[in-house]
Amino acid sequence: MKTGKRILIAKPGLDGHDRGAKVVARGLADAGFEVIYTGLHQMPEQIAEAAIQEDVDAVGLSILSGAHMTLFPRVMQLLREMGGENIMVFGGGIIPEEDAEELKRQGVAEIFTPGTHLSEIVCFLEKKL
Amino acid sequence: MDKKDWLEKEYLPSSLRKAKFTTISGEELDPLYTPEDIAGLDYQRDLGYPGCYPFTRGIHPTMYRGRLWTMRQFSGFGTAEDTNRRYKFLLERGQTGLSVAFDMPTIMGRDSDDPMSVGEVGRCGVAIDSLSDMEVLFSGIPLRDITTSMTINGPAAVLLAFYLCVGEKQGASFRELGGTIQNDILKEYIAQKSWIFPPRPSMRIITDILEFCTREVPRWNTISISGYHIREAGSTAVQELAFTLADGFAYVEAGIAAGLSVDDFAPRLSFFFNAHMDFFEEVAKFRAARRIWARHMRERYGAKDPRSCMLRFHTQTAGCSLTAQQPENNIVRTALEALSAVLGGTQSLHTNSMDETLALPTEKAVEIALRTQQVIAHESGVTEVLDPLAGSYLVEALTDRMEQEAEEYFRRIEEQGGVLSAIENGFFQREIADAAYRYQLEIERGERVVVGVNRYQHEDETLGIEILRIDPAVEKRQRERLAELRASRDASRAERALAELREAARGDANLMPPIIACARAYCTEGEIIGALREVFGEYRETVLF
Repeated sequence: MKTGKRILIAKPGLDGHDRGAKVVARGLADAGFEVIYTGLHQMPEQIAEAAIQEDVDAVGLSILSGAHMTLFPRVMQLLREMGGENIMVFGGGIIPEEDAEELKRQGVAEIFTPGTHLSEIVCFLEKKL
Repeated sequence: MDKKDWLEKEYLPSSLRKAKFTTISGEELDPLYTPEDIAGLDYQRDLGYPGCYPFTRGIHPTMYRGRLWTMRQFSGFGTAEDTNRRYKFLLERGQTGLSVAFDMPTIMGRDSDDPMSVGEVGRCGVAIDSLSDMEVLFSGIPLRDITTSMTINGPAAVLLAFYLCVGEKQGASFRELGGTIQNDILKEYIAQKSWIFPPRPSMRIITDILEFCTREVPRWNTISISGYHIREAGSTAVQELAFTLADGFAYVEAGIAAGLSVDDFAPRLSFFFNAHMDFFEEVAKFRAARRIWARHMRERYGAKDPRSCMLRFHTQTAGCSLTAQQPENNIVRTALEALSAVLGGTQSLHTNSMDETLALPTEKAVEIALRTQQVIAHESGVTEVLDPLAGSYLVEALTDRMEQEAEEYFRRIEEQGGVLSAIENGFFQREIADAAYRYQLEIERGERVVVGVNRYQHEDETLGIEILRIDPAVEKRQRERLAELRASRDASRAERALAELREAARGDANLMPPIIACARAYCTEGEIIGALREVFGEYRETVLF
């Protein structure tokens, strides 16, 4: 069953922890999304460009290195500058609650932390997209 | 009555809690184990005595009666000053060795002012750009009296050079310094993904380190062959065991191919394993690891020195077993995992802090984690007798099974042309990604219970624990420090050192002496790695999920 929605899963920055990103990418693909995974060590510019070029509906960022307060806002800003303001940004990683709240205030749709079920992410995307 | 009779008459007619009983890795378990399950076990051949081949029961004849394991908490954040304070805190509270966590830019060989480093400086470890930062990191800590483990791989040679130079400045000779660099690049391609150069030049740097340390830094553990990250990336226990040992054999072969004699460098190889939640599976894994290593070293590589056959290892409890939900439960998880490492005969141990799914640990959290080890060491009684689980039908049967399954993986890796080829064709990465996904689905279906995550949740999950915050000013301060260093050092000496390093990289001279010359000239890590990158290029992974 295809949802017809395209999702870019991306690993910004220098962080190499890709278990979560890959599990989510596979889970979304199994749930019928069309998934593109950037691979590791991507600059925010590369992610925003890929999102525009691939014409995705949402970008999922995975960051476990603590750089989320810099990299999330940077990707969002670049998306706006490149005319991708309608692309939804969500994410996950080692992100304290306080930071998650702040990122949501800045427009990140949702932050999923360790222990999240794939079904939660799937439900969330189906509802929002 | 034998096991089969019992199963048929007594066990099978009864009703059971669930249809299938497996380890956390999905290995099916019998309801009980009996002498029949270890009928093939030969005590002298398969277990032996502690301190004796094949070392299944431990590498020392006295184990924890002689000396407890080293309590070594992995730690680093912010600037070198911040981390130096944390080290002194840990040493005052009874920690017995240091373990440095570097930030992502340091791990990836980039300076704090590199465009790729934005937002990452000092975040998940300490920011080190040059010898000058390293001097601050160990200020007031006499390196002659302590051993230090450094989790560094791609740029391991550079950080080792910084460390040796700090020791030298403190008045200790290279020969007096002891410690470990992780320096295990194979598992970077397989699981941890912090690579810089392509595999083949990376292996050359590693053999250069092996050769240099064998000659000049004889107390240094040159490679800490690591299963930890393989497991964290989602592998099973057997995959962790098999892939790690396969990497170990690849390093041995590289050393031999570089012209070293196996007994010259093998005693300085050490290992690093994960301690996950499945208690008996983990104990069996550690015991099987020792036996496999001993057998291969003696039978396949002709090692004569018993120390070449002894698998020494560090353990860290499983970060991936911790939950963001109800984080205090993580204290209990860590205690159980730590106990399996001790009963498995570990030489050193890091216990995770309860708050590590959220951020780097607070002082309070890391103190509880250290106290957990001290309670096991001094109160539980498990340290009084050597290898106390030996002879358990279950533990011996599992140890055997893990050895056999690891051997099966060695054969499959060999068929593909060895570890490097298996990396290049994505074998390890696929095996691990499949296992990680399988595990996630088991949790989603409720086949595996994680307390507080898919059972026993409560509505209000607000944490109520404090979180360590890294001051956003760290990045700015570190960049300023770096700018000052670049302005104040002898620029032509630094240039010359880098030029000599480039020259050495193009040829086949050992790279350690020119790297040490760069360190002494206060070249930065980014400059040194940059010079090597010009010659060796950069690795790119084939993306799959």
